[in-house]
Amino acid sequence: MTPSVRLQEMIRVIRSARTQGEERGIIQRECADIRAQFRQGDNGERSHSLAKLLYVHMLGYPAHFGQMECVRLIASPRYNEKRMGYLGAMMLLDEKQDASLLITNSIKNDLSHSSQYVQSLALCTLACMGSAEMCRDLASEIERLLRASNSYIKKKATLCAVHIIRKVPELAELFIPSARSLLSEKNHGVLHGAVVLITELCERNPDTLDQFRKAVPELVQIMKGLVTSSYSPEHNVAGISDPFLQVRILRLLRILGHNNDTASDAMNDLLAQVATNTDSSKTAGSAVLYETVLTIMDINSESGLRVLAVNILGRFLLNNDRNIRYISMTSLQKIVQTDHNAVQRHRGTIVDCLKDQDTSVKRRALELSLALVSAVNIRSMMKELLIFLSTCPLELRSQTASGIFNAAERYSPSKRWHIDTILHVLTTAGGDVRDETVPNLIQLISTASELHCYTVHKLYRALVKDISQQSLVQVACWCIGEYGDLLLKGECEEIEPVQVSEDDVLEALETVLQSHMSSPATRGFALTATMKLSTRITDNVDRIRSIVSIYGSCIDLELQQRAVEYNALFKKYDHMRAAVLERMPVIDKNSPGHTNGDTSGEIKEPDTSKPKPVEAGLLSEPVSQVCDLLDLLGGTDTPLQPNPAPTSTSTATSSADLLDLLGGLEPTPVPSVTVYEKNGLSLKMQCDKQTETDITVTLIASNSTQSDITNFTLQAAVPKSVQLQMKAPSGNVIPAHGLGQVTQTILLNNPNKVSLKMRVRVSYSNQGAVHQDTVQIDSFPSPAWNGQPSISPL
Amino acid sequence: MIKAILIFNNHGKPRLSKFYEHYTEDTEQQIIRETFHLVSKRDENVCNFLEGGLLIGGSENKLIYRHYATLYFVFCVDSSESELGILDLIQVFVETLDKCFENVCELDLIFHMDKVHNILAEMVMGGMVLETNMSEIITQVEAQTKMEKSEAGIAGAPARAVSAVKNMNLPEMPKNINIGDISIKVPNLPSFK
Repeated sequence: MTPSVRLQEMIRVIRSARTQGEERGIIQRECADIRAQFRQGDNGERSHSLAKLLYVHMLGYPAHFGQMECVRLIASPRYNEKRMGYLGAMMLLDEKQDASLLITNSIKNDLSHSSQYVQSLALCTLACMGSAEMCRDLASEIERLLRASNSYIKKKATLCAVHIIRKVPELAELFIPSARSLLSEKNHGVLHGAVVLITELCERNPDTLDQFRKAVPELVQIMKGLVTSSYSPEHNVAGISDPFLQVRILRLLRILGHNNDTASDAMNDLLAQVATNTDSSKTAGSAVLYETVLTIMDINSESGLRVLAVNILGRFLLNNDRNIRYISMTSLQKIVQTDHNAVQRHRGTIVDCLKDQDTSVKRRALELSLALVSAVNIRSMMKELLIFLSTCPLELRSQTASGIFNAAERYSPSKRWHIDTILHVLTTAGGDVRDETVPNLIQLISTASELHCYTVHKLYRALVKDISQQSLVQVACWCIGEYGDLLLKGECEEIEPVQVSEDDVLEALETVLQSHMSSPATRGFALTATMKLSTRITDNVDRIRSIVSIYGSCIDLELQQRAVEYNALFKKYDHMRAAVLERMPVIDKNSPGHTNGDTSGEIKEPDTSKPKPVEAGLLSEPVSQVCDLLDLLGGTDTPLQPNPAPTSTSTATSSADLLDLLGGLEPTPVPSVTVYEKNGLSLKMQCDKQTETDITVTLIASNSTQSDITNFTLQAAVPKSVQLQMKAPSGNVIPAHGLGQVTQTILLNNPNKVSLKMRVRVSYSNQGAVHQDTVQIDSFPSPAWNGQPSISPL
Repeated sequence: MIKAILIFNNHGKPRLSKFYEHYTEDTEQQIIRETFHLVSKRDENVCNFLEGGLLIGGSENKLIYRHYATLYFVFCVDSSESELGILDLIQVFVETLDKCFENVCELDLIFHMDKVHNILAEMVMGGMVLETNMSEIITQVEAQTKMEKSEAGIAGAPARAVSAVKNMNLPEMPKNINIGDISIKVPNLPSFK
């Protein structure tokens, strides 16, 4: 009986088991049987037992005790047993097992066996599970077989060589000469293997790539033969002659022609011919056409050919077969970087694919749509993307949300649109957005000062409707806290006015505080917002007081701490409450306080009670008063306006360390440096009030000539990203003999921290003559280390 | 490179599993289960390509599958293989099975697992496509089967007798030959060859 019958018996028995437990029992008995069989030694039944074991292994039960049996069977002289042994080796052994080394010798012997089928068994096993050591030992054997006369063996040896090269790349040189000669084979199987081998060699080593470029004409010949040949029934698949080989050759041509003009020229005709002659009604033709398109896009082809390729892709996009649409979108993804305009033409179709039922197609369409967003089409694309977000499958949501945010950040036409878009995303998919969204959005809102009223109204309404989306609730709470007074005023030209009373607002915040759905971070936001409102509303301060004191005994440590501190603000430090809870300054995007934060609004909290920017000399008393209060509060009496006066913005956000701030308060006197001296006019520069991005420069002009300088004007120019604000000069007449000076202050804001240069043009009249001169100041002293600025007169 | 070839039925029971990269036995079973989950959720008229599951390499690997009656044929490949080409390869594989088993059905795959492995070994070797010409594959498979039978010895006598009867040109053929507990389905043969 052949092994199959015994196997069939066992399979029948296993299948008749009605429960999992019964099946396990049967299999255990069978395995015990098999083990006993193996111990018995050779009696002609071993291969049957191994076959049964392999079936059991496929079902998922442990089968490692069969490994040594495989080794023994491989060494047997009978073909049946060898075959079963090799199959077992492929399924049970791998390079990590020691048993695999034991079969190396058997494989070596079998590679020189007289029967080609035994040789093929050995080759197959080596290619499937050959370890690096085995490959090294047997590489020369394989190379010999590559030159054998039998095409069956040659074909298998070729693929085995590919496996060897993958395992042991150093052996690649061994196979190069034979690979070259294999290209002249007629047998398609061998040819196919040869092309795979050459592809592998070229991918690994650029020198080999150069060598094989000479083979391009030969490959082109073979392809031409395939494309124009008459119907041959053996290799025909749906009307195309051996599409598998065609696809392989096209892929190899792609690698050989990449970045190489001579090779690309040789291929142009062929590619045009294939592209126009191939019938794409069936999958086989489409496969060849698709590979041709990829090759055309990747080599240095002429532009006519490229246009042809993109058109073919466009045709694929409209095809009814979903597979082809999926494939064409994959390839469009690859070329959207280089041929952006060509792909833009198909934007409509791609956006339609977003509505396809198939998730794979949707995913591809989403990636492609995000890549196609540009400043021109942002509004229409965003509409489509937002519709998609509300209907898309769950696994694509977070990708869509982050893609929308990126696109909005890069191309938003207006701040209001940007804020609207983000709000829309938060209401639809708030649970899937990334963590940085909340601080980013808050920063965006705070910079759009004209939209504060509109934003806070919108957020309030969204909050009232639904408090489950944490990101949205956090942002809404922050805004209500900051701009609560605008909310209560009720009027806002952009949306219909709705009267919101203080009770409503406090009600909303209390709901957030008490709801189960709010995370601890959200509660923190809500509590602080409630506190901030105490300075912005008039009637319900007691209510706020009571809320705050309730949370003073909250179990959550963070909330309790905050509540206790706010309580203290109410009781002991009531005179400072207004100052501490003032509007926050515009947050600078690059400042450490902004980027350090995680979403748990904890960073936000210290910010509000942070020491407000301290002007020189104003600190002493208030600071010492509050220094003992938990190191967090250090207010001043000077209220802060949101208008970014460059001197005051940055200090609030730049340091989290109180000591640092105290240290930086004494302004170190900055020496003035002469930047221009000519014809009696001297210009001195003094840089003070420096922070990371802002510098206040004072130019002092003095006159040492005999007569007064009149009509003195200064003009200054700075690099593009730097903002310049010139204050009014103290005058435009400089008295003679150094008796007086004209000073002019220039405020520089350097957000991108480019190297600062300034060109100053002076023009004045002296003794009736008009003078004009320009001086360029190349470097400015850095904050604490007052280096001399470098000057170059022009 | 082809990472794995899996055949399982509509309930997820594996009928053939061949891995061309090494995984532990547990991982192999998990991969089969995970692939089944991914593939069975698919509708009938969506495309045949899927991103690979996490265990088998995530989004760098694709699952290309075809659903025939009660069986899913799934090939897990990486980006170096042409997706449409693999679809065609699955078709060629199934047609070859059909020729070798004569109107193949799931039961054939269940009871002749080793033969299916041998056929597959003629088509895909070490994760690479070896031969796509159906007649070539079938010739080789039949030659090897003959070799096996010739070695079978005395124990193979009943099987040899049956195949001898099969090859006889009789005008009338019984539908079923029952010898002991072997039941062999007799195929329809043309009367003159």
